Amino acid sequence: MTPPRWRPSAAPSTMSMRLERQPDEVIDRDAPLTFTWNGRTFPAYAGDTIASALAACGVRVFSRSFKYHRPRGLLTASYLDPGCMVQVDDEPNVRGAHRLVEPGMRVSSQDTWPSLEVDVKAANQLVGRFLSAGFYYKTFMGPSRLWPAYEKVLERFAHGGEIPDLESYDRRRHHYDKRHAHPDVLVAGGGPAGMAAALAAAEAGATVLLVEEEHALGGHLRWGGDDVRSALAELRRQIEGTAAIEVLTDSVVLGRYDDNWVSVVQRGLPTVDERLVKARAKTLVVAAGLVERPYVFAGNDVPGVMLSTAVRRLIELHAVSPGRRAVVLRANPDGDAAVAALRRVGVEVVHVEDARRGGDIVRVRGRDRVRGVHLADGRRVACDLVVTATGWTAPVSLLTMAGVVPVYDARAARFRPDTTQLPDNILATGGVVGDGTLDELIAHGEATGRVAATRSAVVGRRWRAASPTAGGQVDSAAEPCEASPPALPVDPHPELFRARTHGIVDFSEDVSSSDLVTAVAEGYASAELAKRYTTATMGPVQGKLETVNVVAIVAEATGRSIQQTGTTTWRPPYAPVTLGALAGPEREPVRRSPLQAWHEQHGATPLVAGAWVRPDHYGDPAAEVRAVRDGVGLIDVTPIGKLELHGPDVPRLLNLVYVNRWSKLAIGRVRYGVMCAEDGVVLDDGVTARLAEHSYLMTTTSSGAATVWEWLESWLQTEHPEWQVHVTAVTTAYASINVAGPRSRELVRRVVPDVDLDPEAFPYMHVRTGSIAGVADCVLWRIGFTGELSYELHVPAGYGLHVWESLMAAGSDLGVRAFGVEAQRILRLEKGHLIVGQDTDGLTRAGSAGLDGLVKLDKEDFAGRPELVWQDRVADPPRLVALRTSDPTVVPVEGSQIVTDGSHIRGRITSSRMSPTLGRSVVLAQLDAPLADAGSKVTIAMVDGRRASAVVTEGLAQVDPEGERLHG
Amino acid sequence: MMLIPCPWCGHRDAAEFAYLGEPSPRPDPSTATPEQWRGYLYLRDNVAGPVTERWYHRMGCRRRLLVERDTTTNEVRPHRSLVEEES
Ligand SMILES: [Zn+2]
Repeated sequence: MTPPRWRPSAAPSTMSMRLERQPDEVIDRDAPLTFTWNGRTFPAYAGDTIASALAACGVRVFSRSFKYHRPRGLLTASYLDPGCMVQVDDEPNVRGAHRLVEPGMRVSSQDTWPSLEVDVKAANQLVGRFLSAGFYYKTFMGPSRLWPAYEKVLERFAHGGEIPDLESYDRRRHHYDKRHAHPDVLVAGGGPAGMAAALAAAEAGATVLLVEEEHALGGHLRWGGDDVRSALAELRRQIEGTAAIEVLTDSVVLGRYDDNWVSVVQRGLPTVDERLVKARAKTLVVAAGLVERPYVFAGNDVPGVMLSTAVRRLIELHAVSPGRRAVVLRANPDGDAAVAALRRVGVEVVHVEDARRGGDIVRVRGRDRVRGVHLADGRRVACDLVVTATGWTAPVSLLTMAGVVPVYDARAARFRPDTTQLPDNILATGGVVGDGTLDELIAHGEATGRVAATRSAVVGRRWRAASPTAGGQVDSAAEPCEASPPALPVDPHPELFRARTHGIVDFSEDVSSSDLVTAVAEGYASAELAKRYTTATMGPVQGKLETVNVVAIVAEATGRSIQQTGTTTWRPPYAPVTLGALAGPEREPVRRSPLQAWHEQHGATPLVAGAWVRPDHYGDPAAEVRAVRDGVGLIDVTPIGKLELHGPDVPRLLNLVYVNRWSKLAIGRVRYGVMCAEDGVVLDDGVTARLAEHSYLMTTTSSGAATVWEWLESWLQTEHPEWQVHVTAVTTAYASINVAGPRSRELVRRVVPDVDLDPEAFPYMHVRTGSIAGVADCVLWRIGFTGELSYELHVPAGYGLHVWESLMAAGSDLGVRAFGVEAQRILRLEKGHLIVGQDTDGLTRAGSAGLDGLVKLDKEDFAGRPELVWQDRVADPPRLVALRTSDPTVVPVEGSQIVTDGSHIRGRITSSRMSPTLGRSVVLAQLDAPLADAGSKVTIAMVDGRRASAVVTEGLAQVDPEGERLHG
Repeated sequence: MMLIPCPWCGHRDAAEFAYLGEPSPRPDPSTATPEQWRGYLYLRDNVAGPVTERWYHRMGCRRRLLVERDTTTNEVRPHRSLVEEES
């Protein structure tokens, strides 16, 4: 059941809160536009955020809170604002106080649950329990029969809006991409200190990536008014004129990882939804500024209670009046500035409570809007706006990701990073580390930027020195790094976390201070435990607004100090990032043989097999099988892995990696071989030909080509570097064509004039080189996966199509026909040839793959030999067998189990098809040894629940078990 | 993501490499006991601190190389022997 969608009451459009033109406003009054909010049309200007445009029209409620369903308005008027997560078209969870409004945008409030109706009707009993601390843990305890109901409830508790269903999701409209960046210096934060650091680093010769979360550089200077306007303009002008600085706005550093691998999410791009920038920065400058901290008191989440920075942003950037009658609780100069700004634009500041002189507020009255405030001295003041300026949080995430533990500074009433713990490649400047005048912040930023530049050069030299091929073995780890600049001053600030009443601590999770006190009383006395128990700091804001208040309230409840209580751990990502950006663009490269276009032109159904797209069939796989058994067929086997091996020690390598013997392979011969890993499990199989004294061509399975190449190299590089063997991967250098069927010799002869194809001159398991259809340097070998007389032709890839078409033309009177992977699978299954990875799995040792005869345990050494020796001694491992079903029409699905006593699993079907040649099913299975002798009757548990009976056949081959066709 | 010092390619992202772990010497297959052999296959010391590791520069020069990594800090240095062949 979908709960009724909650709609805020539409605001009277006459109630405009838009101010006259402000000196620093970012809206473009010459670019008016309209958008819709919950279906109603609203005006806005370009440059407005969704929230500022709505606030300008008098909208005060943007969402309902997560648990209590309380109306929520603007709190920070920034990206972090927990009260205005909205849905924009098909995009949920949009930060309404950050996202810029666009013409025609359809914005709606997000569903939250429970809605008012459901509260009363459906979930009456449950809801009461939701409201307590730890409700996740208390409410969803047994009985287990209620779990389906709990799951429905929990689904509703997931944050967020609606994502479109797959049918209506338009992939073409959504693009995500990635970028790699290699700046010498990455500056996280584009306020005054960050801008100054970027400029100084560039001045010192470094390339700089400057990342700013907001839509413009400037940080708190943007709403700083007359005093800072010219300084901001000058910093911006200089950065614009510095080519070595690249600025990313509307972008956030998500995390810092080993060796300054820094991930950045870039938003607001015209053609890309989100981009993930992976930056390898030689040095990182963290200039994250400060985040204003909410104050905890009764009613602190009523729409109309705002932070001082929110008020200044609304007024200065968006020319929106945040209210008409204001009460301000201030404890710092930013509170003073908010009072001044309110008065300047004509908001009546009816009362100012100064926390520096002991002032406090007790509670806010009102539910949908602020109606008044109770002051500490007992007075009650009517107002529609309550502004708090009670302190700051240093967003230390990036620094803690580098191992820094923040230390509580009671004098400044905030956690501060101990920058002496920072590694050489990270520096910090600006508000995150200290206070100061604008000049002091800029000077510290400049000094930090200069050091960052010189250190980046040291880091670059260290990297180069550690690669001996590029400059010799110089141990420059000892090269000292320039010291960090002297620390910024830190201003005193009163410690203000909670008034004498309880209020909301985590606005996104709806966790109150009394919930935290309850959690402590129930034994969750550490900040980490109380956090998990109450879910405080675990919502979309992830602690940036509320962590310090959580710690302070837990400290208060436990009687410990804030430093003793400690802060919770900050983990990446710092800001939300879409899975789309992490996944990147949809790029799954597929390998295509030079013949693939021909296949598609001739009706092939494509099959993506591993890295390759291949023809599955050309419409009728059974007819393709019959063509091969009765006449001749062609299959494109280009994906077969091909490795050239050169050197005098190739036989030693082959002896080591194959389970069978290779010492005496004569020139012109081909041999089948199986490889095992060191645990005896079958790794791959294929044939290898000796073309000349020191020259071999190895083939592998299509999917095993890369594995085998790496396997050979691993032996050569680690165990036997003294062996003279060179391995070259040539899979894509050749187009490979298998010509199979009783008339294949006749066909091949027509295009290969120079090689004697008589069976005596070119017998089974031999190799020849020569020209095919005029193409020189081809390799021909006689092998037969299909069980028929066949020739595998390896042709220089560029001539592959020519040779294929020549064969098709030359064989038209023979009824030559292309066959695909499906027909090949049927043919090999009729012949009882196994496929590694299909008829074997990650536990199948050679003996269990029907390969006992091949394994030469008397060989001194080969990969996996000890395990095969031991397996040979233990009783009867499972075996690969062929089954004949009693009902010839039954084709048990691959993976079906073989059972005894009704349900005891004794084996499984590994391959099964209907054989067009035999008119019955052909089946391979792995089967416990006691059941695996010929004539043994077994029961197959079918997927549909039926049972089928089958009998183990003599040998694996069902067609031509004597091999006469193959050797013909 | 760590940087791995490849003696052939320089400092490169760890994502370009496959981790092969602590080198485990291959016992003589003709005399090894099952315990010795399975120790070679499966048992590693997993030290907290500096360890010698083998990495494979799969997306680069395709060479196996040895490095010394402190597993508590991820500080990676080229192995004193620099390349496998000289070890
Ligand atoms: Zn390399």
